[in-house]
Amino acid sequence: MTKKIVLNMITQRSIEEGVAMEKGKTTPEYFKACSIVEMNPEDMKKLGIWKNTSVRVTSEVGSVIVTAKEPTQFCPPGLAHIRQGVWANQVVPPRTQSTGTPQYSGFPVTIEPAIDERVKTALELVQGSVGLWKGGN
Amino acid sequence: MPKWITQVGCPYCGASCDDLEVLVSDDGKRVLETRNACAIGNEIFHHAQSPSRPKLPRMRQPDGSMKEVSYDEAIDYTAKTLLAAKKPLIYGFGSTNCEGMSAVARVAEKGGAVLDNCASICHGPSFLAIFDNGYPSCTLGEAKNRADVVVFWGCNPMHAHPRHTSRYSIFPRGTFTAKGQMTRTIICVDPRETDTAKLADHHLMVKQGHDYDLFDAFRTVLRGHDIPDEVAGIPKKTILDAAKVMKNARFVMIFFGMGCTHTDGRNHNVDIAISLTRDLNAHTKASIMAMRGHYNIAGPGQVWSWQFGFPYCIDLSKGTHAHMNPGETSSIDLAMRGEIDCFVNVGTDAGAHFPIRAVEQLKKHPFITVDPNICMASEISDLHIPVRVVGVEEPGVVYRMDNVPIQFKKVVDGPEGVPSDEELFDRVYERMCELTETEPIWLLAKDHAKAATNAEQ
Ligand code: SF4
Repeated sequence: MTKKIVLNMITQRSIEEGVAMEKGKTTPEYFKACSIVEMNPEDMKKLGIWKNTSVRVTSEVGSVIVTAKEPTQFCPPGLAHIRQGVWANQVVPPRTQSTGTPQYSGFPVTIEPAIDERVKTALELVQGSVGLWKGGN
Repeated sequence: MPKWITQVGCPYCGASCDDLEVLVSDDGKRVLETRNACAIGNEIFHHAQSPSRPKLPRMRQPDGSMKEVSYDEAIDYTAKTLLAAKKPLIYGFGSTNCEGMSAVARVAEKGGAVLDNCASICHGPSFLAIFDNGYPSCTLGEAKNRADVVVFWGCNPMHAHPRHTSRYSIFPRGTFTAKGQMTRTIICVDPRETDTAKLADHHLMVKQGHDYDLFDAFRTVLRGHDIPDEVAGIPKKTILDAAKVMKNARFVMIFFGMGCTHTDGRNHNVDIAISLTRDLNAHTKASIMAMRGHYNIAGPGQVWSWQFGFPYCIDLSKGTHAHMNPGETSSIDLAMRGEIDCFVNVGTDAGAHFPIRAVEQLKKHPFITVDPNICMASEISDLHIPVRVVGVEEPGVVYRMDNVPIQFKKVVDGPEGVPSDEELFDRVYERMCELTETEPIWLLAKDHAKAATNAEQ
C-alpha cells in the first residue's frame, strides 16, 4: 500500500528559479529549477521515499508530478515548498479571499510516492491543460 | 573598440539597481559582459542577445501551429479583437516602462477594458492595507543611512532581491550607519530558515500562516501588556527580546513580502504590520516598505493613479468613469467567474504564474501576448507580438520599490523592425480610432506636449 501524507504547501522564490526563468521557460534549466518539491527528510521517511524520486502532489484543485528534494533552505517537518512557476501553479488554489490574490502559500496538499511517473515539461503542462499540446505523453 | 556603458539599470527585481556596467561591442549591437549585476540581472542582458528571439508577430492557425504575420496585421487583429469584446482584460506590466503603461491605458480606455497589473497577484493586498491604514514609509536611502534595526518579515531578499542587502539593508555603510553590518541588528520572521534568516541576529521561525497572531503579540508587548507563553510557535521570551531590540532602536526598518500577502488574511497581515510600525513610532522612529517584485511594478500604480485615480484592478467598461474593487475587478476573480471575453498579456507571463485553473478560464476567449520572449503565455496565445526589452534596448522611466523614479538606459539596438511597447500600443490605439471613426485625441495631445517641451528647450 502506498503511503500518503498531508503537508502545508508554500510556493516561493529562489535565485535558481530567477536565473532559469530569464534563460527561458522552455529551457532545461527552468525545468530543473522548478519541477521539484522541497520537504523535510523526516517527512520523506514517513512517505517511505528516497530523495530525487517522483511524487504526486495533490491539492483541492489538481495534481502534479514533481521530484522530491531535500531543502536547500531548512523547511520544518509538516511544511512543503515548490518554487513558484508552472509546476507550483498546477496545484495553487485560485481562491482569493475577495482580494484578487490567489492562495499561493499555505494550502493543504497530499503527497504520495509516484516512483514510476514522469515529470512533465512546462510546455506539456500548460499547453496540455488548454488543449494545445501536440507532443506525445 | 568595445565600450563600457555605466549607470545602467537592471530590468528584473524591485531593487532596480542602477549601477550596472555593460560592455557593448564595436557596432553597438551586442552585450559582451556585465559588471555589478547579480546572477539574474546578468542573465537578462545576455538573454536579450539570443538568436532564438522572435522578430515578427506569430498568429495561431486553425491546425494549431503558429505562423509569422506582419506588425500591421497583428495591430489590426488586436484592435478589432479589443473592440469586439464586451469585457476585455489587459494585464501585466511588471516588466515595461511607464511610457508603455501610459500608452496601454489609452488603449484600455478606448476598448472599455479592465486594466490590471501584477500587483493583483503580488502586493495588491498591501495596497488594500494602505487604503485602510496609510503607509508610514521612506526611501531606501533612508534605510541605508539610518536603520540600525532591520526586520525582514515574510521576505527572502537573498533569493528574490539579491543585491538588496548589499545596497540598502544590511551591509552598506551609510551616513549614520558607518560600520555597516556591525551597526545593524537583523530580525527575520519566516517559517523556513532561509538564506536571509541565516544572516539574521534573531530568526523567529513562525508557524506558517500565523503572522497575524505574531504581529498582535508584538503590539501587545509594546503597549505593556502580557502575552501567552507561546504565540505562533514562538516562545514568549524570544518575542520579548525582539520587541526590546525594536523599542531600543534609533530607526527600525520593516521590509515585508509574499509571506504576508500570499497567505491567510492577505491584506490584514499587512495592515497589522502597518499598525505595528505606527505603534513603534511612539518609542522610536520606524518605517515600513513592501518588497515590490519587478523593477517597475510600482510604475503602473503611479501612472494609473495619476490617469484614473486607482493603482490596479481598474474597470473602465462604463466608459465615463473608472471603478475599482479588487475582490470583484481583479484578473483572477474575473477569470474564475468567467466574466472576461478577451485577454491581453503585456510584459508578464500569466501562462506560468496564474493558477492553472484561471489560465484555463481565460483561454476560452481570444488570448494575445505582448512580450519580447517566448514564455508560457506566448505559447498558448492566438497572437504573440514581440517588443523591445526595456532597460536593454529601450530606455524609459521605472519606479523602484520605494517609488523613486529612475531613468533606465538603452544599451544596444533592438532587433530591426521590432517596436517598443509604447510604439506598439500607440499604433493599436490609432487603429482603434480609425475603426470607430473617432479622433485619436490622446496621440494629438502627446504631439502637442512633445512640441511644447521642444519649444521650451
Ligand atoms: S538585485 Fe535585482 S535589480 Fe539588482 S542586479 Fe539583481 S536582479 Fe537586477
